Amino acid sequence: MCLAIPGKLIEIFDENSLRMGLVDVNGTTTRVCLEYLPDIRVGQYTIIHAGFALKIVDEEEAAESLRLWTELIDRGAFDIDGDPPSPLAM
Amino acid sequence: MKYIDEYRNPRLARTLLEAIRRRVSRPWTIMEICGGQTHSIIRNGIDQLLPDTIELVHGPGCPVCVTPLESIERALLLASKKEVIFTSFGDMLRVPGSSRDLFMVRSEGGDVRVVFSPLDALQIARDNPSREVVFFAVGFETTAPANAMAVHQAAREGIGNFSILVSQVMVPPAMRAILRMPANRVQGFLAAGHVCAVMGYEQYLPLSAEFHVPIVPTGFEPVDLLAGILKTVELLEDSQPEVVNSYGRVVSREGNLAARGTIDKVFEVVDRQWRGVGLIPESGLGLRSEYAGFDAEKRFHLSHMSTEESPLCMSGSILQGVMKPDGCPAFGAECTPQHPLGATMVSSEGACAAYYNYHRNL
Repeated sequence: MCLAIPGKLIEIFDENSLRMGLVDVNGTTTRVCLEYLPDIRVGQYTIIHAGFALKIVDEEEAAESLRLWTELIDRGAFDIDGDPPSPLAM
Repeated sequence: MKYIDEYRNPRLARTLLEAIRRRVSRPWTIMEICGGQTHSIIRNGIDQLLPDTIELVHGPGCPVCVTPLESIERALLLASKKEVIFTSFGDMLRVPGSSRDLFMVRSEGGDVRVVFSPLDALQIARDNPSREVVFFAVGFETTAPANAMAVHQAAREGIGNFSILVSQVMVPPAMRAILRMPANRVQGFLAAGHVCAVMGYEQYLPLSAEFHVPIVPTGFEPVDLLAGILKTVELLEDSQPEVVNSYGRVVSREGNLAARGTIDKVFEVVDRQWRGVGLIPESGLGLRSEYAGFDAEKRFHLSHMSTEESPLCMSGSILQGVMKPDGCPAFGAECTPQHPLGATMVSSEGACAAYYNYHRNL
């Protein structure tokens, strides 16, 4: 119920006076209610819970976090070239 | 996939792990609140990769697990009624009541339907005006906006055959209850990222200040979790009991104000029983009197239900971080996902199910 992965909004429409949309979640299209994200536009990513889009994923913030961590690696801040402690299943 | 693959990057994960190793100087106990995070931690072996000095304990953030037995019994009673179409998220169907579950009621002829959203339940009500449609409204702050909107919309359209069985709970009062326990060992929290997406991280500021604990909203992918653990360790090592957001792409200070507005319009704060834990004051949401007509408990005059928990089930201690699943004598023996004694073994977000599915200590 709490674990939601981001989906991409591909269409917006009205139904029963509610703002609804179609969201592509990893290749599967899902109908969601957009009432809580009045500003979301087609092409943006959103987190969905119980059929409702609840937060536009901030792409700049996502990229910025990754950039900072990658910078740490590139600066050689950590010794990560040895054997990994155990395989990470990811 | 965008915003998924990048946060599963093994090289990044190893970098963060190394940073955690370098930063830790003494033992720390950190609780991840959310059951979804528990599953991600165990599935990816994060708990085993961390230095021995960092212990992760699992919190009460599994909505299926904490739905009280009395609510399950009420659901079973409603689902057995001929005039009722009982609708629910799929997770709830196998949760054991005192002697049966919703699947059994369905096999006995009850009209039990799985829906993805409470709006689907509302559509079933529109399509079946001669039947009573009840939705089992369980969950934390992540499902509250959806359940509130379904009721608000039913009222707006004048749909008279729709009601919800409410067992809605909130995270911060549970954290407060854990911190007040004499047996509490938790020194820092990974806060549930998607709960914070709705409510914002500002709701944790008073809690952090009162109990002097760091609280770090965190996501669900391995890199998110390791980054959250690193931030928590830094705050602990530096004696800075603050709230620091580690899930900025999804969590903001104030959360989703439109969702919070509808929750406040439809629901009010009430005391709530948590399965295995007991009553936590002001930890739940109930329908406001203006929406009492949509309250299944009132509509069907459901009075007190007698309930009986398995005496072998230790889920209460597990949900409060006092015991780990593999410390329970029944774990993997009398209690398995096929024959669960309690909800923590049934639920896809339950800590016992995570240990059973992914852990090696069987």
